[in-house]
Amino acid sequence: MAQTIAEKILSTHSGRKAYAGDIVMADVDFCFGQDGTSGMIIDSFRRMGVENVFKRDNFCMVIDHSAPSPNIGVSAIHDKIRSFAAEHGVRVFDVGCGVCHQLIPEYGYVSCGDLVLGADSHTCTYGALNALSTGVGSTDLAVALASGKNWFKVPESAMVRVEGSLPKGVYSKDVILHIIGDVGADWANYISVEFTGSAVTALSVEARMTISNMAVEMGAKCGLMKADRKTTDWIKKHSTRDIRPVSPDEDARYLYEKEYDVSDLAPQVACPDTVDNVCDIDEVEGIPIDEVSIGTCTNGRLEDLEIAARILKGKKVAKGMKLIVTPASKKIYLDALKAGLIEIFVDSGAVVNNPGCGPCVGTHQGVLADGEAAFSTANRNFKGRMGNPNSSIYLGSPATAAATALEGKISDPRAHGRRLWRPGD
Amino acid sequence: MASFARRLKISNDINTDYIISGRYKFKIQDHKELAKHIFEDLEEGFYKRIKPGDFLVAGDNFGCGSSREQAPVALKASGISAVVARSYARIFYRNAFNVGLCLVECETNYIDDQDELELDLDKNMLVNVSKGVNVEIKPVPEVMRKFLEAGGVIDYFKAHGGFGGVT
Repeated sequence: MAQTIAEKILSTHSGRKAYAGDIVMADVDFCFGQDGTSGMIIDSFRRMGVENVFKRDNFCMVIDHSAPSPNIGVSAIHDKIRSFAAEHGVRVFDVGCGVCHQLIPEYGYVSCGDLVLGADSHTCTYGALNALSTGVGSTDLAVALASGKNWFKVPESAMVRVEGSLPKGVYSKDVILHIIGDVGADWANYISVEFTGSAVTALSVEARMTISNMAVEMGAKCGLMKADRKTTDWIKKHSTRDIRPVSPDEDARYLYEKEYDVSDLAPQVACPDTVDNVCDIDEVEGIPIDEVSIGTCTNGRLEDLEIAARILKGKKVAKGMKLIVTPASKKIYLDALKAGLIEIFVDSGAVVNNPGCGPCVGTHQGVLADGEAAFSTANRNFKGRMGNPNSSIYLGSPATAAATALEGKISDPRAHGRRLWRPGD
Repeated sequence: MASFARRLKISNDINTDYIISGRYKFKIQDHKELAKHIFEDLEEGFYKRIKPGDFLVAGDNFGCGSSREQAPVALKASGISAVVARSYARIFYRNAFNVGLCLVECETNYIDDQDELELDLDKNMLVNVSKGVNVEIKPVPEVMRKFLEAGGVIDYFKAHGGFGGVT
């Protein structure tokens, strides 16, 4: 019987032909936690009464969500993470290394066809690398850490085909916001979404990660893509792992199918307080914004920074605007430094944070005041997400964020004409 | 002792940030303390309305968003015996049963705040005592029943020396 990508990956990892609805025990290739979830991973692991982690090299912890620590409580968690790592000989990406979802692929831990668990909901990011990666809670992660396995319900699959060529000033972030706005926050609950089509193929691997990253915002278990030459080249550059791409069978069964043509897509904005509250930019242009955040696991990669920097170059942000730029990893930070992007940001009036999650999680580095509004390149705009329930958050692309920072109000990046850039231009 | 429905003003897409804000998940390690802050950004003082054994009642896609396990942990520590919703987001769904919090899936449109409820997992039935109606619930999958009966996945794992008997 024909299989989807998710069915194939769960079959190879469980040693049996698996189909949607089956419950399987599967071997996990890699798993990790971040500083918001690792404390509970450690507690759960200890409660299991297992002496050693299943395999040292298959696990790491990333200190990214609140790093450097803003208070004593967080410092204690960071300390606990480091002690556990020392005790078990596992790797920690400490303060300043970057966001887990950038580091895990960047350090070569992910290859095509892998099964990856992360104690962070945006673990679905590596679907862009043809891996079944999904977020779980701390206890689920501890189970995988102790046993090398976990149980999975093989998900149904949905096919989202994105055709056409993106207009100038419109990016993969706009595509995924548009799709989420169309289908809603729970359309893909428990489902594996496969993204395909000419518009997806045309994107860089980094831009594809932006799409897979946000699959969870429509409820998806994972946001998978087929591997092509770009995917395998990317993995070769970052990893020594074997590369075995997994494609769906031609007559694989999909619960839902959706098709979009993005040739005329406008920049998209997700409005407070839900990610599926999406509109074309013209409906919200002019709304005053106090803080702009560029970064996160959604849009903190080098090309995202370059897209923003080209718009900001030689200009100043609006009076009173707090522009906060957070590179997703140390490597990206250094590359951005060498490319002169950091200078452009600082010159424009931006604050450049150390690599990490930045203000996205609301614990530090840009907490909003009562009544303030933020425009962010992150993936969530829930009430209180950036630390204050009496503030509001709009989401969009790095280009829209940069244009907004210059004007102090939500602004259409397409007004920046020849400054608009995308990789490959 | 009778148990009652507790509803928030909003019904759908209640995310884990709303269940317990990121502000507290780093700051507070004690579960009972954490429980005092549930739904604080939506309705301050909601915690005080919960009596041990009560049911939290919601609509679609309960628990969407962040994977934080503090969400089901704080709900369990608040004293509620189960969440009753039309549907759940998947990470929260796994997390809840893993920590021994029961989730019930059924039509919740006709359950009002303060309705007296009785849950019978064996008969797949939720009795709305106040309205005198029985609501059929989606059977809790066998894996989840096993975890729940053991007190959570870790206790299951310990009792069985692994995952024997899950699949």
